[in-house]
Amino acid sequence: MSAAESTPARNPYLTAAGWRLLFRDRPMIPLLVLLGVLVVASEVARPGIVSVGWAGTILRAAVPLAILAGCQTIAMLTGGIDLSVGAVASMSGFLLATLVGGQGLLGGIVIAIVIAALAGLVTGVGVGVFRVHPLIMTLGMSLVVLGLANVWQIVMVQTGGGVPPSLRQLGTGTLFGFIPYTFAVFLPLAALILLGLRRTGYGRMLYAIGDNPVAARLAGARAWQVLIVLYVISAILAAIAGFLISGLTNVASVTLADSYVLPSVAAAVIGGTSIMGGRGGYGGTIVGALILTVISALLTSLGYPEAVRQVLYGAIIVIVAAAYTRVTGET
Amino acid sequence: MSAASTTVDTARGRPAEAVIGWIRRNAWTLGLIAFFFVLLGFTRVIQPTYGVTGIQGLAISVLPLALAAVAQAVVVIAGGIDLSLGSMMALTSVVAASQMMGKTEEFGVVVVIGVLLLGLLLGAINGSLVVLTRVPDIVVTLAMAYVWAGCALLVLRTPGGGSAKWLRDLVLGSFGNEWIPKAAVVLIVIVAVIWLPIRRSRLGLSLFAIGSNQLAAFRSFVSVGRTKVVAYMLGGLFAALAGLSLTASTGIGTPVPGPYTLLSVAAVVLGGVSLAGGRGGLVGPIVAVMILSLIRTDMTFLNLNTNLATVAQGVILIAVVMFGTLIQLRRERA
Repeated sequence: MSAAESTPARNPYLTAAGWRLLFRDRPMIPLLVLLGVLVVASEVARPGIVSVGWAGTILRAAVPLAILAGCQTIAMLTGGIDLSVGAVASMSGFLLATLVGGQGLLGGIVIAIVIAALAGLVTGVGVGVFRVHPLIMTLGMSLVVLGLANVWQIVMVQTGGGVPPSLRQLGTGTLFGFIPYTFAVFLPLAALILLGLRRTGYGRMLYAIGDNPVAARLAGARAWQVLIVLYVISAILAAIAGFLISGLTNVASVTLADSYVLPSVAAAVIGGTSIMGGRGGYGGTIVGALILTVISALLTSLGYPEAVRQVLYGAIIVIVAAAYTRVTGET
Repeated sequence: MSAASTTVDTARGRPAEAVIGWIRRNAWTLGLIAFFFVLLGFTRVIQPTYGVTGIQGLAISVLPLALAAVAQAVVVIAGGIDLSLGSMMALTSVVAASQMMGKTEEFGVVVVIGVLLLGLLLGAINGSLVVLTRVPDIVVTLAMAYVWAGCALLVLRTPGGGSAKWLRDLVLGSFGNEWIPKAAVVLIVIVAVIWLPIRRSRLGLSLFAIGSNQLAAFRSFVSVGRTKVVAYMLGGLFAALAGLSLTASTGIGTPVPGPYTLLSVAAVVLGGVSLAGGRGGLVGPIVAVMILSLIRTDMTFLNLNTNLATVAQGVILIAVVMFGTLIQLRRERA
């Protein structure tokens, strides 16, 4: 409950313990410092690389990751995790690409989102009503969604249409060279999640259930309803991310977004959301997604082979998570 | 091989009750085994030619995943989870394949021992990071999955390498009777030799103890951190064995991790190991792996779309866990 605990008094922040308190209450500060350091490191490693165009590329790549990490953030706040985001996102992108020929862009988007929401509903019922462990429920759900998407792929062998041009433009285009068009989708979503988590009763309920499920139940929260709505929201977010990814890469395949699943969890963790539930927020997650994207771009620009990049990427995630745990003194 | 061997003493002297108690404690595993045989019978009905070769193929194809499930089970029993298993398998497999390529049979023995030690080392690194950084297991092992997969690519950029002939012969073919595939014997021997002594020892009890209640274990003079590292080391050892079995059954090493990590989690849960830790055994997950694999085979025999097998695996996973949770909820209410 970081937002509730952050006190207006700032004078005790001048001691060493105070610094720790500052970091715990305002996790954005160390994260933004890290992001700045990484940007400077990129410039040092390859002088001249940091430009308006570079920023555009980073932002464009970070948007889908930030949305998927948003799914993880809200799920992790309740002590859950959503491993089905990859399958749901890929399925939605693929579905849209096959439907756009027959149903039109809007029809395709609506159908894809409805089907994604159905998948989320099933997940939510499993987690909320039947109390299946979220890890297992979303893992099983991703197998189901992947299998069904594959069956659909065989039914629709001709894959009518492909990625719609308007989506491609949305995914790749930028305004003034660095503001990606996807911001038109991302900014409202981000505002909705940020405000929803801080200002609405539903958002506080997510924190309450993750922090202390028994207390939340005694206080009258109906956890199962909250969880069902949570996983439906998560699936819809994943579907939107799926559209953006297929627009960004100009590919529609049933495994398109699989590579985003682990980074989305990592982005939420680096952003200070506890996987145990009850602590964190979406602001940190967005910075976490940016950090991961910059790291990945930095490693690419250094010209390391794929193997070294993977090793460093993993090592950096461990180090950041460990440093974060050390600094905030919490697990 | 159930969790509670401590309650055996109360039933001593009354064999009938002891047997009933044993059956009750192992009900889940016994049910899985029964279901497996029903499924085998069903397979035989829909495909009368399914026989020796079918069983052989099943045993060989199941071996890597079964060992991965065992590795995951040990870690989960101790209250952790290892999402880097698939990458560790890839790394150990490519190390084995690249080192054995074109070398003598004797050198192969050295390589196998080296790879097993490597598995222990990888597990020790995972475990130490979890214990020292106090970052949740899921996060650490998720990140280490990248590290190990990257290392695998460093060792071997494309699938390749070779395998010593004796290693291949160890899993291919049958043992004595043609109905007993070597791969199954190897699996049983490996698990029995490594796990049974541990399970019977103080260490085994500690593994279950830190899984079920860390604080209680700590107050009972169990070194929680050290035991956790040992659990991850055992996981790494079994992952190395799984990697070796990949090399042995395919004859090469592939640097890209297969779908083993998530399937091993699924198998562990289906096999009756609680994700919360402290409960379960190793037989259940192994049987669960065989059931999942056989269902896929049956789908092919029934001329169903194999993608539906993926759907079926997901549905079964969810349904079984729901069923298990419902039983538990009713028991709590009663």
